[in-house]
Amino acid sequence: MSAVPFQPSLGRSKMIARVLQYALHIALVLFFLFPLVFMFVSAFKGDELQLLKDMGSMMAFVPHGDVSGKNFASVFSSSSFRQAFFNSTFTVSITVILGILVNSMLAYALARFRFRGRTLILTAIIALIIIPFEAIAVPLLMLVNELPWFSGTRGWLDSYQVQIIPFVAHAFSIYLFYQFFIALPKDLEEAAMMDGASRLRIYWSIVMPLSKPVIATVAVLQFLSRWGDLLWPVMVVRGDNYATLPLAMQTFFGQYPRHWGEVMAFAAMATLPTLSLFIVFQRWFVRSAISSGVKG
Amino acid sequence: MASVKMRKIRKTYDNSVEVIKGVDLEVKDGEFMVFVGPSGCGKSTMMRMIAGLEEISDGELHIGERLANDLPPVDRKVAMVFQSYALYPHMTVAENMGFGLKLAGTPKAEVKEIVGKAAEILRISHLLERRPKALSGGQRQRVAIGRAIVRKPGVFLFDEPLSNLDAGLRVQMRVELTKLHKELGSTMIYVTHDQTEAMTMGDRIAVFNQGVVEQVGPPMELYRDPVNTFVAEFLGAPKMNLLPAKWAKQGNGAMLEVGGCKIPWNGDGAGPIEAVRDDLLLGIRPEHIDVLSDASETGTIGAKLEVVERLGDTVLLYVKIAGLDSHVAVKLPEDGNQWSRGAVVGLRPREKAALLFARSGQRVN
Repeated sequence: MSAVPFQPSLGRSKMIARVLQYALHIALVLFFLFPLVFMFVSAFKGDELQLLKDMGSMMAFVPHGDVSGKNFASVFSSSSFRQAFFNSTFTVSITVILGILVNSMLAYALARFRFRGRTLILTAIIALIIIPFEAIAVPLLMLVNELPWFSGTRGWLDSYQVQIIPFVAHAFSIYLFYQFFIALPKDLEEAAMMDGASRLRIYWSIVMPLSKPVIATVAVLQFLSRWGDLLWPVMVVRGDNYATLPLAMQTFFGQYPRHWGEVMAFAAMATLPTLSLFIVFQRWFVRSAISSGVKG
Repeated sequence: MASVKMRKIRKTYDNSVEVIKGVDLEVKDGEFMVFVGPSGCGKSTMMRMIAGLEEISDGELHIGERLANDLPPVDRKVAMVFQSYALYPHMTVAENMGFGLKLAGTPKAEVKEIVGKAAEILRISHLLERRPKALSGGQRQRVAIGRAIVRKPGVFLFDEPLSNLDAGLRVQMRVELTKLHKELGSTMIYVTHDQTEAMTMGDRIAVFNQGVVEQVGPPMELYRDPVNTFVAEFLGAPKMNLLPAKWAKQGNGAMLEVGGCKIPWNGDGAGPIEAVRDDLLLGIRPEHIDVLSDASETGTIGAKLEVVERLGDTVLLYVKIAGLDSHVAVKLPEDGNQWSRGAVVGLRPREKAALLFARSGQRVN
């Protein structure tokens, strides 16, 4: 007779709690996954009629019928996707890179230097976090419309700089960097000072390499907000030359009948960089979001 | 190598809190000086001012022949080893050690050679490619010392460098640091709150208390001849016993009354003693008390044995004298004697080693 190994059984209430927990997890995953699956599946449905028919049922999530890359080819031929993709990548990348530099430098100064007005600046930055962009969009538009540029022209409308410079300084990013820097041990910086490092060198060679988690968080947050922004491009861009992806996607909504397959293919391609960025930085992002108390 | 001279150094925070109150001190060229004192006494602040990490509010600091008050840390030719090691986590051991040289523009090959030599001295050559997180506490400490050595500083500053190590490793590193001082012959200033480290490592000790230096001198001089009760109690474990006493003339000599018992006192300097004759403290180290089984013998202080601690080579007895609040500690060599708790014994302080202090704390004999 073989012995039955002793298996500790979970208490009934613990078991129910665990089942509920898993059910909640599954519901949340489905909630976030459904729109993505719907978008990717619809993008591959070559038959527009089939796509429209499926929209009212669960078949919207099942690739069937004419499954092809027809919609993607059509996006490239009928819209300025390539130009818009370049514009988005260029403006967002430069904004994120400059943002990391400028915001971290300001945060470092606030975290480490003692100067008159420091508390006031810090308070102002925290206050700025709660002001929504929509509230300052119109005054900002009027401002950039009057600003000169190096070429001698006046007004920044229809340009790259109008989509980059106003978004480099970012109050929430400064706050995230500041929180991270004040928690960094001062000993490391003092050791570098003893080694002969200047403040700039300490910032660049010691502080920034140790700040990867917060850099990842700021990069992802900034990237997401700029990549998906439609309001500002609508206000400042007139033609295709400087249009970003959300603006370029609007061309499909001006056509009749609407080609939802193409819209989905466009949206799927526009989403991929965001997804891949998150996957690459996920480890640091999650760690920093937890440690800084940011709900990502 | 360089000497360090401090002249009336003061440090005030926010124009109100004075943490260093006019320190005058000279650390000689090649000397191993220990700053010792309890937490918050100002010893670390003093060291940070020498390093250039804190501004000097008033007074003069000379490193070598130069006035160093306003020199940036790197120009002071000093290197500091931090309590937390302060190794750069994202750099390898070799990069950590060579960072200062790299900043100074030293050619790569030369940096490698200097780092290699320092690593050999500290026996960490096999760790050069590792990151700090892959090192043990002792190894990290060596790397931190290595980082200081490669800069060939005139003065080494150690800020409680052994306090994060376990007891065994601390003893080992203590010996190694003393050896290193002999090998390099550099001026070293070492901050600690551990009186054992101070006694065993320093050529001289400066005892800090509330922002002032109470006494400076070789360890045994401070141990035997403290100027006040603070120094007397701070050095030595268990600390010196301080017993309320009265002094009186008796025939041709004098005697002390301690705990209701009279013991002979032939020491000199009756003058200052007489001025505070009824308000004295008899200072006697635990190892300078003889214990007699007969408490009624003349010249002894009667006491009740309360605690016996056997440490292997020595025995610590804690006895209670009637009328006194605190226990008196006695340190005896282990001789197999079965001390029984509750026994009444006679204590006889060895007069030559006994010290007298006024209640204010100042030494009077």
